[in-house]
Amino acid sequence: MQYSCSRYELKCNECGKRFGNQPLSACPDCLAPLEIAYDLEAVRGIFTRENIAAGPANIWRYAALLPIPEGFQPDLPVGFTPLVRAKNLGKRIGASNLYIKNDAVCFPTLSFKDRVVSVALANAQKFGFTTVGCSSTGNLANSVAAQAARLGIKACILVPADLEPAKILNTLVYGARLVRIDGNYDHVNRLCTIIADEYNWGFVNVNLRPYYAEGSKTVGYEIAEQLGWRLPDNVVVPMAGGSLIRKIRKAFNELIYLGLVEDKSVRFFGAQATGCSPISVAVKDGADDIVPQRPNTIARSLAIGNPADGPAAAKMIRSTGGWAEDVSDVEVIAGIQELAETEGIFTETAGGVTTAVTARLYADGRISPDQTTVVCITGNGLKTTDALAGRYQQQRAVRPRLADFDTYLRELDGTTEPNSEPELATAGVSNAH
Amino acid sequence: MPIKVMLPAAFTRHTDGLKQFDSAAANLPGLLAQIDQSFPALGTQIKGEDGKLRRFINIYVNDEDIRFLGGEAYTFQDGDEIMLIPSIAGGKV
Repeated sequence: MQYSCSRYELKCNECGKRFGNQPLSACPDCLAPLEIAYDLEAVRGIFTRENIAAGPANIWRYAALLPIPEGFQPDLPVGFTPLVRAKNLGKRIGASNLYIKNDAVCFPTLSFKDRVVSVALANAQKFGFTTVGCSSTGNLANSVAAQAARLGIKACILVPADLEPAKILNTLVYGARLVRIDGNYDHVNRLCTIIADEYNWGFVNVNLRPYYAEGSKTVGYEIAEQLGWRLPDNVVVPMAGGSLIRKIRKAFNELIYLGLVEDKSVRFFGAQATGCSPISVAVKDGADDIVPQRPNTIARSLAIGNPADGPAAAKMIRSTGGWAEDVSDVEVIAGIQELAETEGIFTETAGGVTTAVTARLYADGRISPDQTTVVCITGNGLKTTDALAGRYQQQRAVRPRLADFDTYLRELDGTTEPNSEPELATAGVSNAH
Repeated sequence: MPIKVMLPAAFTRHTDGLKQFDSAAANLPGLLAQIDQSFPALGTQIKGEDGKLRRFINIYVNDEDIRFLGGEAYTFQDGDEIMLIPSIAGGKV
C-alpha cells in the first residue's frame, strides 16, 4: 500500500526523514506530523503562468504542485472560486482594498473542504482503499460523502453528536454511513486515529492527512492568480486545526520560489471564536505550545480544542508579523449578517468569525486601510441556518391587493398616515380619476 | 487496583506487539518511569532529548485529556484507562 513518485513524497519536518508515499501521517520516529515535500526544480518550466492559464478553470490547473498520482484523471471541477472586491464591507470597516475569497460556493459541497478531499481521495484510490472516512465538524463530512459517492467508494463518517442538522442531512443524502459520537470533535478525532489503526480504511484527515492538507494550497495559488499574479499584503484565515493558514503560506512561498510572483512578505492573520481559541491565545501570549480548550461556541466547524497544527500555525503567524484574534458568538452572528448585507455573500458561522475578526483587526489598527487584504470565507451559510434562528421573524401574509400592500409597507416603515399620491406618481400612474 | 494503559499501533513495535498493559503507577511521571523500565525503546520514542514527553503525544485518562485533569499532578484512579496517542490535526481548517 504505497507508491513511488519522483515529484513528491512524505517528509518529517522535525527530523527530516523521508517516507515515500503511503497512508501515514506521523513520523514513526519522532511522532511529528508528516508533510509532502516536492522537487520544485522538477516542476520549474512546467508550473508556469502560461501552462496554468491553459489549464481547466478548477484546482487541477495546479496539479503539477499537488500530490496527485500519475495517471489520475480528475473529473470534478473543484475550486477556482471567485475572488471579489469587497467595497461595501470595506467601507463599513474602514478598508479600502479588501477582497473576499469566496469558498462558500466551492464545488461540489459549498466549502473549501472540497479542495482537500479531492486530493485525499485521489490518493485513497491509488493506495487501494475501498472505504474512506473522516472525523468531521460537518463540511468535511459533506465533501467526503459526496466525492466518495461519485468515485464509487464506501464512506464512513464520524461526527460529534451535536452537529447542525443541515450538515448531517447533507452527509446522509449521498448514502454515506454516518456515526454520531457522543463527544466533541476532539473525542471524535481521537477515536478515528484508533479506528485507522484497526481498520484498513483511508481516513482523509488521519492516515491520508499529508495528502489531504496539500489541497488547501490551491486557495493560495488562486488568490495570487486572481490578483493578477501578485501577492496580497495581508490574508485573514479562519483557524480550526491550523492547517489552512499554513498551506496558503506554503503556496505563496512556492510561487515566489518558482518566479510566478514577486517576492513579498505577506502577513497572516488567524481568526477564531473566543469559545474555542487555543491558537489565538497562543499567538497573543507568544507561547510555543497550545493549551487545549473545551470548545463552547456556535462556530462548530472551528471548534477544535486541541489543534495539532496549532503550534506551527501560531509560530508562523508571529513570524510574518501577523496576529490572531477571537470574537464572541454575538459578534459571529453580526459578522454573518454584515457580510450578507454588504456583499451579498451568505457564509456559515466560521465565515462570521472571519468577518468579525477582520473588522476587529482594522478597528485596532493592525491592518492599514489601504493595504491589499484577502479574507478567506470557507463555508456556506445555508448549512448553519440554525445559528440565525429567531433573528428574522416571519411576517404576516398580505392580501394580494395593492392597497393592502401599501398599508403593509407603511406599517413596516412605521408611518401611520397614508402617503398621498407621490409614490404612485413616480411609478408613472395617473392621479386623475 | 491497577490502571490499564493502551497504545496505538505506531508504538507497538517497541512493546513486542503489546497493545495494552496494566500498571500500578500512581501518576503520569510514575507511568513514564515504568515505561522506561519495561519498554526502554518506547520510553526513548515518546520523550525528546530533554527527557520530556514529546509535544506530539497526547495522554488521555478515560475520555479526557490529562491536561484538563491537572496533568502530571493528576493521581490515577482505580480502573482508569490511559491512552497515549500521537496528535493528528483534523477538522475544518
